[in-house]
Amino acid sequence: MRAYAIHAGLLAILLALHFTLPAYHHGNLARVMVLASYAMGYNLLFGYTGLLSLGHALFFAAGMYGMGLGIQHLGLSPAPALLLGLASGAVVSGLLAALALRTSGVAFMIVTLMFAQAGYLTVLYFGEVTRGDEGFVIQQAQRVLWGVDLSAEGNRYIAALLLFGTCLMVSLWLVRSAFGRVLVAIRENEDRVRMLGYDVFAHKLAAMMISGGMAALAGAAYGLLFGYVGATFASVQYSIFPLLWVLLGGAGTVLGPFIGTLFMFYLIDLGSDLTTAYMLIAGVALVLLTLFAPQGVMGEVRRRFWRELP
Amino acid sequence: MELGPYLVLATLEGAITAAVLALTAVGLSLVFGVMRVVNIAHGEFFMLGAVLAWWIAQSVAGHPAIGFALALIFAPLLVGALAVAADMTILKRLNYDPERTIVATIGLLYIIQQLTLMGYGPDARPVEAPFNTRLAIPWFERGAEGWQMIWPWGLGTTTYKLAVIGAAAMILCAVWALMTRSRIGLVMRATQADREMALAFGIPVERVYALVFGFGAALAALAAVLIVPIQQAHYLMGGDPLLLSFIVVIIGGLGSLPGTVLAAVLIGLSDGIISVFFSPTLAKIIATLLVALVLVFRPQGLFGGRRT
Repeated sequence: MRAYAIHAGLLAILLALHFTLPAYHHGNLARVMVLASYAMGYNLLFGYTGLLSLGHALFFAAGMYGMGLGIQHLGLSPAPALLLGLASGAVVSGLLAALALRTSGVAFMIVTLMFAQAGYLTVLYFGEVTRGDEGFVIQQAQRVLWGVDLSAEGNRYIAALLLFGTCLMVSLWLVRSAFGRVLVAIRENEDRVRMLGYDVFAHKLAAMMISGGMAALAGAAYGLLFGYVGATFASVQYSIFPLLWVLLGGAGTVLGPFIGTLFMFYLIDLGSDLTTAYMLIAGVALVLLTLFAPQGVMGEVRRRFWRELP
Repeated sequence: MELGPYLVLATLEGAITAAVLALTAVGLSLVFGVMRVVNIAHGEFFMLGAVLAWWIAQSVAGHPAIGFALALIFAPLLVGALAVAADMTILKRLNYDPERTIVATIGLLYIIQQLTLMGYGPDARPVEAPFNTRLAIPWFERGAEGWQMIWPWGLGTTTYKLAVIGAAAMILCAVWALMTRSRIGLVMRATQADREMALAFGIPVERVYALVFGFGAALAALAAVLIVPIQQAHYLMGGDPLLLSFIVVIIGGLGSLPGTVLAAVLIGLSDGIISVFFSPTLAKIIATLLVALVLVFRPQGLFGGRRT
C-alpha cells in the first residue's frame, strides 16, 4: 500500500506543479512526462526482464508514425489514430520479438539495433509518404480529442500527466503481479525459471510487446501533443536515450525512468545553451554511469534506504 | 558509356571500398575475437584517424607527400594510444562484461564524436593525395576490322586509388603474418582461445587486451588515412564504416579473420555495384536486414565454423 501511496503522491505533486510552474518549465515537464512514459516502457524490458534492447526507437517511431500517418493520410480523428499507433507498436514489437528473442545477450542487442536502423532507413526510403527527415506537422485542427484542444498548454500538460499516470500505475501493478515476478526471475536466472516449468519465451514475448506498446503509445502521444512527426525520432539516438534515462534513474525501479528523464532533459537543455555538441553530455553520462553507478539514482536509494522499493 | 565499361568502373570503386572496409572490419573483428568486446566506438576511431590525418597534413609545409607520410605513421599511433587509454580507464574497470562494455562504448562514441565537433568543427575538409596521376583504361570492342582497342571517355582511375588497394592488401597480409607467425600473435590467439588458461600460463592478459584494443583502433585509423584523400574528413563520417564493418564481421563469422576479409570483398564489391543500379538507401536496408537475419538464424556467420 505504501508503494501505491508514494507513486500517487508523485502524481499529486505533478498536478500541483501544473498550477504553479512558470510557462517554460511547464512545457518542459509535459515533454518529460511523455518521454518518461517511453522510458518506463523501456524499463519493463531492460530493468525487469533483463533484455537490453538497442532498438526501441523502432517502437516509439512505429507509434508516432502509426498515429501521424493515420491522421495525415487516412483522415482519422485523434482517438482512433492513437489506437492505431498503439496497435502498430504492438505488432512491430511482436514481430521483432519473435525473431530477436531467438538470440540473447550481445546478439540480441545487435539484432535490435539493426532492425531499428532498417526501420529508420525505411522511413527515409518512403520519403513521399513520411516526408523523411523533414517530417510533417499535425495541424491544430487535427489535434482536438473529444472537444479538448491538445495544442493548448494547459490541456497538453494534463494529457501528458494522464498518460504518465497510467503508465506509472500499470508498471507498478505489473511488476508486483505474479507475471512481473516471473520476469524478474528470468532476469536473475533464466535456466532455473525454465526448469520450474514457466514458458520463458512466452513471458519474454509478452514483456517485449507490453514494453513496445508502451513506447509506441508514448511516441503517438508525443506526436499528437507537440504536433510534429519526423524521422529523427526513429534514429539510433532515440534508442540510446531511454537506455540512458533508465540507467541514470535506476534500472528495475518504477520511479527511476522519470527521475532519469527529468535530470537528463534539463542537463541536455542547459548543455545545448552552451554548445552545439550537447550529445557530449549524454556520452559522458553513459560512461560514468556504467563505471561508477550501474544501479542509478533509485537503485542507490533502494540499496541504502528502502529495500522494498518496487 | 555502355554497360561493360560501366561495370569495370563500379568494380574498381567497389574494390577501394572493399580494401578500406577490410582493414576497418579486421580491426573490429580482432577486438571482438580476442576480447569478446563489441566496440560501438570503432567508427569514431576511423573518423579520428581521418581528422588527425587532415590536421597533420595541414600543419606540415612542403610537398603533400611528406604530410601524408607523416599522417600515415602518426594518426594510427595516436588513435591507438587513445584506444589503449580508453581500455585501461574504462573497459578494464568494467571487467570486460559484454553488455556493460557496449553501453560504455556507446558513451565513448558520443564523447569522441562531439569533442571532434567542438575542436574540428562541422566542415568536411580534404587531404591532398601524395600522388595522383590519371590513368585511362582501354576497352576492347569488336568493330568492322575485328577487335580494336578504344579509350572510352570517363573510364579511368588514378594511381592513388590503385595504391590504396595495394597498400590495404599488404597491410592485411602483414596482420595475417603477425597473427599466425609471430610470438605476439601466438599470445593473442592463446588469449582468444582460453583466457583463464592463458592467465595460468603467465600471459599478461590485461596487457594483451589493451594492446589488441589499441591495435584494432589503429587499423581503423589507418584505413581512414588511406581513404581521406578520396573522401573528405568530417566528424560524422564514422557512421557508415561502423555499420558496414558490423555487417562484414557478422556475415564473415564473428572473430574469424579470413571470413572477415572475404566478406569485406563481397560486401565492398556488391555495395559499389548495387548502389549504381538501385537506391543506396534500399541497399542499406537490405544489408541491415540481412545482418539481423544472419545473426538470428546463422550466428556463426555465413562462412563461420573456421576460427583463426
